[in-house]
Amino acid sequence: MSKRFRIRLLWLLVPVSAVVLAFGVSSLVLIAIGENPISAFRSMFRYGSQQNSLVSTVNRAVPLYVAGLAVAIGFKMNLFNIGVEGQYRLAALLSAAAGAAVVLPAPLHVAFIMLVAMAVGAGWAGIAGVLKVKRGVHEVVSTIMLNSIATGVTAYLLANYLRKPRVGSELLLATHPIPASGQLPPLAVIGGEELRSFVLIAVALGVLVYVLIWRTRFGYDLRASGINPDAARASGADPNRMILTTMLISGAIAGLIGMGDLFGFFHAYTLDFPVGLGFDGIAVALVGLNHPVGIAIAAMVFSWVDRAAQILDLEGVPKEVIIITKGVIILSVVIAYEVVRRLVQAQEVKNAAEETRRLEEREEAVAA
Amino acid sequence: MAERAPTVELKGITKTFPGVVANDDVNLAVFPAEIHAVVGENGAGKSTLMKILYGMLRPDGGTIRVDGRVVRFRSPKDAIAAGIGMVHQHFMLAANFTVLENVVLGSEPARAGALDFVGARARIRELSETHGAPLDPDRVTEDLAVGERQRVEIVKVLYRGARILILDEPTSVLVPQEVEELFRNLRELKGHGVTIIFISHKLDEVLEIADSITVVRDGHAVATVKPEDVTARQLAELMVGSELPTPETRESTVTEEVVLSVRGLGVRVEGRRVLEEANFDIHRGEIVGIAGVEGNGQRQLVEALMGLRKPDEGIIELAGVDVTLWPTRARREGGLGYIPEDRQGRGLLLPSPLWENTMLGHQTIDPFSRGPWVNRGGAHRRTEELIREYNVMTPGPDTSALALSGGNQQKLIVGREMIAEPKVLIAAQPTRGIDVGAQAAVWEQIRRARAAGLALLLISADLEELIGLSDTLYVIFRGRLVAKVDPATVTPEELGSYMTGAREAASA
Amino acid sequence: MSWGGGDTALAQATQGRRLEARRMLFLLGWVIILLSAVRWATGAPDLTSSGTYGASLRLAVPILLAGLGGLYAERTGVVNIGLEGMMILGTWFGAWGGVQFGPWWGVVLGITGGMLGGLVHAVATITFGVNQIVSGVAINILAAGVARFLSVIAFTGHGGGATQSPQVTSSLPRLTVPVLAGGKFFGWQSPDVLGWLEQKHWYLLSDTSAMFRGFMVDLSILTVITLLLVPGTYLFLWRTRLGLRMRSAGENPWAAESLGVRVYTMKYLGVLISGALAGLAGAFLVLEAAGIYREGQTGGRGFIGLAAMIFGNWRPSGVAAAAGLFGYADALNLRSADAVHALLLFVGISLTALGIWYLYRRRFTGGVVSVLIGGLVFLWFAVTDAVPDQFIFITPYVATLVVLAVASQRLRMPTYDGIPFRKGEQIS
Repeated sequence: MSKRFRIRLLWLLVPVSAVVLAFGVSSLVLIAIGENPISAFRSMFRYGSQQNSLVSTVNRAVPLYVAGLAVAIGFKMNLFNIGVEGQYRLAALLSAAAGAAVVLPAPLHVAFIMLVAMAVGAGWAGIAGVLKVKRGVHEVVSTIMLNSIATGVTAYLLANYLRKPRVGSELLLATHPIPASGQLPPLAVIGGEELRSFVLIAVALGVLVYVLIWRTRFGYDLRASGINPDAARASGADPNRMILTTMLISGAIAGLIGMGDLFGFFHAYTLDFPVGLGFDGIAVALVGLNHPVGIAIAAMVFSWVDRAAQILDLEGVPKEVIIITKGVIILSVVIAYEVVRRLVQAQEVKNAAEETRRLEEREEAVAA
Repeated sequence: MAERAPTVELKGITKTFPGVVANDDVNLAVFPAEIHAVVGENGAGKSTLMKILYGMLRPDGGTIRVDGRVVRFRSPKDAIAAGIGMVHQHFMLAANFTVLENVVLGSEPARAGALDFVGARARIRELSETHGAPLDPDRVTEDLAVGERQRVEIVKVLYRGARILILDEPTSVLVPQEVEELFRNLRELKGHGVTIIFISHKLDEVLEIADSITVVRDGHAVATVKPEDVTARQLAELMVGSELPTPETRESTVTEEVVLSVRGLGVRVEGRRVLEEANFDIHRGEIVGIAGVEGNGQRQLVEALMGLRKPDEGIIELAGVDVTLWPTRARREGGLGYIPEDRQGRGLLLPSPLWENTMLGHQTIDPFSRGPWVNRGGAHRRTEELIREYNVMTPGPDTSALALSGGNQQKLIVGREMIAEPKVLIAAQPTRGIDVGAQAAVWEQIRRARAAGLALLLISADLEELIGLSDTLYVIFRGRLVAKVDPATVTPEELGSYMTGAREAASA
Repeated sequence: MSWGGGDTALAQATQGRRLEARRMLFLLGWVIILLSAVRWATGAPDLTSSGTYGASLRLAVPILLAGLGGLYAERTGVVNIGLEGMMILGTWFGAWGGVQFGPWWGVVLGITGGMLGGLVHAVATITFGVNQIVSGVAINILAAGVARFLSVIAFTGHGGGATQSPQVTSSLPRLTVPVLAGGKFFGWQSPDVLGWLEQKHWYLLSDTSAMFRGFMVDLSILTVITLLLVPGTYLFLWRTRLGLRMRSAGENPWAAESLGVRVYTMKYLGVLISGALAGLAGAFLVLEAAGIYREGQTGGRGFIGLAAMIFGNWRPSGVAAAAGLFGYADALNLRSADAVHALLLFVGISLTALGIWYLYRRRFTGGVVSVLIGGLVFLWFAVTDAVPDQFIFITPYVATLVVLAVASQRLRMPTYDGIPFRKGEQIS
């Protein structure tokens, strides 16, 4: 039916416009600073399609994906959990410390570490949830404050309680190393780069999140609360319970953001543990339009761009130009989504009106 | 036919929206200092026509003449400059602003940008005094009563020197006594040479106040008549183009079994008693109606019954079980259905497909979910059943709810509540804002369900609907149920007196 | 989206305002008296020294500007989460302008940078209807990225780097009030009356003198401008024609539209002013406070400014008071570990008192929670000698959270704040 096809075409406008604008604006910026965009992009593509680059891209994309999922669950309910950054850092620290303190058979040990991470993430997000439900504090401001507080708490705990004794002239603060039973071996080694096994768990998480949001009663209540909170309330969804539960789930998933790095490389929480994944996750959720598949694509695209751009330094092109690229993608996706949504709605109304008229005419013909 | 030239003349006005022709070649002539009524059912195109006249919409075709000159309005500002003022059905007032701020907004008296209120204050006092009751310009609008707010709207319009007044359904929120006051006001204005265009679907009022009546139907202006030449029935038939439905119900189907019992229910909001000592029962097969002007406690009553608000005192019993403190979901699962008065705001998920809307309110029970899982197939099947039985005009269960017309949306909501066979159904304004065909369909469904044993609480502002459908009729005023009347014998005027507190019943 | 302030539709308007003024005065009195007592008891002079107050003012300025920025936007009905990003743009352009052309150009360019951020937010939310919070979050992400990129282009190899700019060498004029605070009067060094009083360490008298002196010493011209913006905003928004129209966009845009007010224009204005003020805040941070642009310099002040706006009930005077409070917390943070430790005593006593007041008013959960937390804080004070560095760092953020948690319920935001306005689609 050409009508429905037209609607699908309209939705395609969103990613297409984003890519076109991103390339366009980045090219303009490169030209403005005296660089050749075509050669820059060509280098990026060449470097980025190498096997080890692709593996590295996947590794990089996994924590972004998890972060995007965590944020998206909240977004679906108009709940803005900007605090994933603080949640995952605190979770990574405490789960690494806990993991180093016990010895369990291998699969259990890994599961234990993940559970601790989820619990910590959920708890920290829960603070914001309680503040919203009990005191009406908006979660954007409270979670951002909690991010900074988490930084302080993490630093304090690491420096005073959880760090392993300094060996020799080591300068890096770190927790005790996690024994081998708490580590995940790589899934494969391709092109000299290890593919981290956590990607499987991430994929499973994505499936779980999809099922949760679109196939369960809870997911229905969640989406309804995001679309029309008044109607959702009247239908029996308890807004306070929904807010709290959603924040807890979002925080629990956020807790897992650092697990890929923890299990696959660091095996301890150190001062150079990756930071900023929380905010990148927000960007990925926005670009992925809060859908597990979209987020996966967005995470891969952003990671790939990050990885491929490493080559630019060698060519004398400031690799920070991709920040502009990513920024344009975010902005154009977000704007294009609104525009397309309105167009699609108008089209739907038109389609429905026409078909309804056809139905009415048929009825009248039958009655006559 | 007088030889005066019309003050306002609309010729050939056409306006289309996606999928619907709102105005089709409409002609309208309004003469100086006359009260001209424009009547038609909901969705006939009256509001669109007036919005075009007020510059809020631009016509796709046709001309507008004011005092003989062709005018083109790009925005309400142009219309205001031409001497036209509009009093909207839903008041356009900022609750946090004072009366003064609301009245002068857009035409503020200022000296080099700084507001100069002194003159404005005096003028507002003067205007409000000569045309009704005085208004205090420095009161915050939120603190005013509904009738006072309407006066603010009228002063707002007069302040700008309007000589042509458009009133859009002005009596929809007023009781009969306030309507009389408004009509007195309008006659005075007419005496001062103001031309008034009065949009309404309340035919008895129109016959009382208008000098001339234009009937609009399906986007066309079908007739212009004088009130002395027509009866209400003839007017209504012109509006609808066919036989009118009647809401009257026949024999009693009320049983002995009490399904909903309310005792001593009270709700306090910020210390004020908004609902007090509400006592009533609803039996199987009974429709209990509650009549009252908006804002007298109906909303809080419904919220308390639905579990959306905790009552401060009282007991609610559903089929003999005390549900006073139960959460909403438990009550819905226990057999409480709800048709909200704001269907788009509280009853639908507009961007979602119809099958997800059918689930709304019933998402935890069969056939919509099995355990924690949503049963898509079951939801689809139930939706198709609903579409057939309740005659919802739509391409299918996957259409988005926003694509449906108001009447079909309401039919969907009524259908989904009834098909779930609730023990008690709470219906708030169930036929507000839908076309006559859909309204008749809903009434028929209600009657049928009642005969099958449904217990219904009907809260409505449509007095005909209340009188026609209810077995028992209460009146709510200032949070108390002040009267219990027999729908078979009460008149709208009597009801109105109870509703404004002008008359007190011996007992309720 | 709403800010979650309880049943706003029925808040009592006029009576509430009168109570508010009285309550504010009482709170102010409580703070001054107790704080002075704690200073006397713990011997931590920085708790109430003019240095601390001066620093409070300096640190409050960016928060105040951000808060006012948020106010302008929200009064026209647009939520602006992107203040942090606009402030970042202000810091970058302020530094660049300051290095290239001089401090005043830094101010101008900083304001412009912020306004550009505001323009993006305005276009996205007003013209395209993007969710206001999503747009704000996106702008924060973008601004940080853009600043980094521009730093690489402009600063590396010229005395700075990817994360910081070269030093801004010249600075903006400052003044000190003569006679009371020892300022120069046409070259003549005047006496420092308040300073003399402060040195005496007399209970309450010295503390209050210190407070006044703190606000008169070494004032940057930008500080003075900012302070003038507070009554200025009030006069503009409540006493001018344009201000009334802007507020109408936030209170009932459909009513405004029906009366010929150009609502879209008003909203654009509100958001652009919002960006400009955030940009000014950033410029202040660079040109006054640090003398240099550093990545992460804004430190969440955009969000603290939002909190100040909420706590200030969307009124300029309230925003100023809240900003002062947050500035004070920030200042203590920097000045002295002793003072932060002493602050624990103040907080402990206050919370316990609040708890007792709640219990007296029969609000049991609130009362028990307050007394409990107050007691714990007091215990913390008694048991420790100093507050660890990492905790000092988080003082302003904790303060913000606490303030919001305590105050959020009784607030009244503009009626249609956060609700998107599309011409013709009325949500009544």
